[in-house]
Amino acid sequence: MIRTLLARISQGHRTMLWPDGPAPALAERYRGLPTIDAGRCPEACRACADVCPTEAISFSAGKPAIDLGRCLFCPECEAACPEKAISFTRDYRLAVRSRDDLRLDGAALPLAKALDAKLLSLFGRSLKLRQVSAGGCNACEADVNVLGTIGWDLGRFGIQVVASPRHADGLLITGPVTKNMELALKKTWDAVPPPKIVIAVGACAISGGPYYDRPEQLGGAASVVPVDLFVPGCPPHPLTILDGLLRLLGKLEDEGRVAPR
Amino acid sequence: MTAAVFSRTRNGSALPLAKVPVVPFDSFRGALLGELAEGRRLVAFFAAPEPGAAAALWAVLADDGPGTLGVARTVLEDDGFPSLTPAAPQAHLFEREMAEQLGLRPQGHPWLKPVRYRPSWRPGHDAWGRSEGEPILPAVGDFFRVEGHEVHEVAVGPVHAGVIEPGHFRFQCHGERVFHLEIALGFQHRGVEESLLGGPHRQTTARIETLAGDTTIGHATAWAQAVEALSARSAPPRAQAMRGIALELERLANHAGDLGALAGDVGFLPTASFCGRLRGDFLNMTALLCGNRFGRGLVRPGGTLVDLDEALAAELGRRLEETMKDLRGAAELLFGAATVLARFEATGRVDPATAESLGLVGPAARACGIDQDVRRDHPTGIYRFTHVPVMTAHDGDVNARAFVRWLEAQRSYDFVKAQLASLPKGSIRAGEKPIRPEHVAVSLVEGWRGEVCHVAVTDAEGRFARYKVVDPSFHNWMGLAMALRNEEISDFPLCNKSFNLSYCGHDL
Repeated sequence: MIRTLLARISQGHRTMLWPDGPAPALAERYRGLPTIDAGRCPEACRACADVCPTEAISFSAGKPAIDLGRCLFCPECEAACPEKAISFTRDYRLAVRSRDDLRLDGAALPLAKALDAKLLSLFGRSLKLRQVSAGGCNACEADVNVLGTIGWDLGRFGIQVVASPRHADGLLITGPVTKNMELALKKTWDAVPPPKIVIAVGACAISGGPYYDRPEQLGGAASVVPVDLFVPGCPPHPLTILDGLLRLLGKLEDEGRVAPR
Repeated sequence: MTAAVFSRTRNGSALPLAKVPVVPFDSFRGALLGELAEGRRLVAFFAAPEPGAAAALWAVLADDGPGTLGVARTVLEDDGFPSLTPAAPQAHLFEREMAEQLGLRPQGHPWLKPVRYRPSWRPGHDAWGRSEGEPILPAVGDFFRVEGHEVHEVAVGPVHAGVIEPGHFRFQCHGERVFHLEIALGFQHRGVEESLLGGPHRQTTARIETLAGDTTIGHATAWAQAVEALSARSAPPRAQAMRGIALELERLANHAGDLGALAGDVGFLPTASFCGRLRGDFLNMTALLCGNRFGRGLVRPGGTLVDLDEALAAELGRRLEETMKDLRGAAELLFGAATVLARFEATGRVDPATAESLGLVGPAARACGIDQDVRRDHPTGIYRFTHVPVMTAHDGDVNARAFVRWLEAQRSYDFVKAQLASLPKGSIRAGEKPIRPEHVAVSLVEGWRGEVCHVAVTDAEGRFARYKVVDPSFHNWMGLAMALRNEEISDFPLCNKSFNLSYCGHDL
């Protein structure tokens, strides 16, 4: 017992203060929200689009646009661009409410707005999620799991991952939705009592990610269920996922933490 | 090794196909069974499309003592061939896989079921006689059944209670006691191997890095080594050292996470809490290197994409030391608690003979006293210059698998500290060179779960005629099934965690 107490003292208090205090430090080389300065693009240059592993970059009228739903936040486009027209910032806020919002062409990313008043009154202070991995590589799963550790302590926001769909208010889906998981995902969705929500975490769950053109998968969660929150990344940083969840629950807005009602 | 059949090579080397003669199937089978009986290991056994024939069969054997590998191939004119599995259990899942992928029929295979529940790559050739377009449902089909008074069956999954990948587990029980566990996977199947045919493509690196997300560095290093071997170049020493650092950080993160998860499964909350946080701290060190917590965007054929400057190396060293101090505290608390040992010891035992015959790898094998580790036996890159002591235990139980992880974490820490203190100078990436046509390269890496194996075969244009991936989980899932025999079903989560195998790495 005494050894346990000593270990407890030595390990210290580890739960972060964010969002009431500073956000945990992100690595210097962390790649968050990309920016595009189309004015720098040389005539007819497609270097970024040519190297993108998921064909996330498209051109219209000579200007590049990035589909953040497909983007793996890998360093390839930034490295290939001869004019530094594309670069990754360290902005971790990436979650949106609609798939179309993820098409980034220079305008600001419309970050997720809160659920409507009725759903907020139901889920705002207590949200139970059932997690379904449907072809996920275990990186998104790991960084969702991390939110349950003492550092992040997801429970302090009333959010909890539960062991049965019948105890859940919604699903948190990772993976491109393999054909072999389609039925299991549908059945899990059907078992969640309405009203219910869906959160798609990671490039795979939004668009199929690196597997976007494979016939063995369906191209993300929205192919099977309606999605309420899209969290881009490969995988998204835990901070990105939590930021999205808190925005969805109306606990966080651009101005900062929303005081509890 | 039988020289007329097996061509000798080494880890991270390529052979021209002309040096790997196509031998008749009978010689191939005879030599392979002979070598396995003499203690060689089957690291890969797979089929490749072969124009004008049913398929080509390839086998790669490891001779761990002298550190050599043997490659052999044969061509099958017909779909049927006598199975090797009855004589060599290591081949069991490989044969199921080739039956599913190429529609081959290993005759006499004791349990010929699909692996990933997908259609054959060769339309019109199906090992189970299914017609084209017939829906294939995962985990639907025969399961081994025990009949008798009060015997009952428990089915779990594919969706599990935690944040975990999907798989189906079918237990045959008598009361609480498990007579048999059958594991049906394939739910995560994304078609990776088929998509690599004809590559490399623009998507290839991203698929390699997500083969098994928690083994990004392990698989990316195996991929880089394979391509380097095929294109006759090698990564600069500085890049090799950085890859080694990243591989050991990956091991530290996962081993720390596993110790915490094992603690959680026996209700020992202090270590469970501490290690959950510590795992993240190790992942953050990988992010320090390359911006991504899982090491994406770091390892590339020819070297690495980013360098490690002195300030960063110092910061990494400082964080490593601090985190290791806390991990030591968490681990000592765990292994010093009688209540934990009472649950860990003698639970989920795999005996060494079973482990050997199934060809288990990694900590699961070393926990049974099998002294094998790619880093020592088939070293490449930085491991040729810096040796990592191989850690074994002997009881083959949950405790042994947990303790081997803790011992390995300490050795990984020593290794990373030493590397940070003496990083080779110079560039981080060798120049591009074309992939040579008609070659075969074997690339092994000791990932945190065990041996990661990639085998690349190129065609006349230098494209992949076959790119075989063997995740360590492919060898080890049957080990988990064996560990459950005669255990209580309530110990399944603990046993499962002590292996912590990859679903997507198996399902590909």
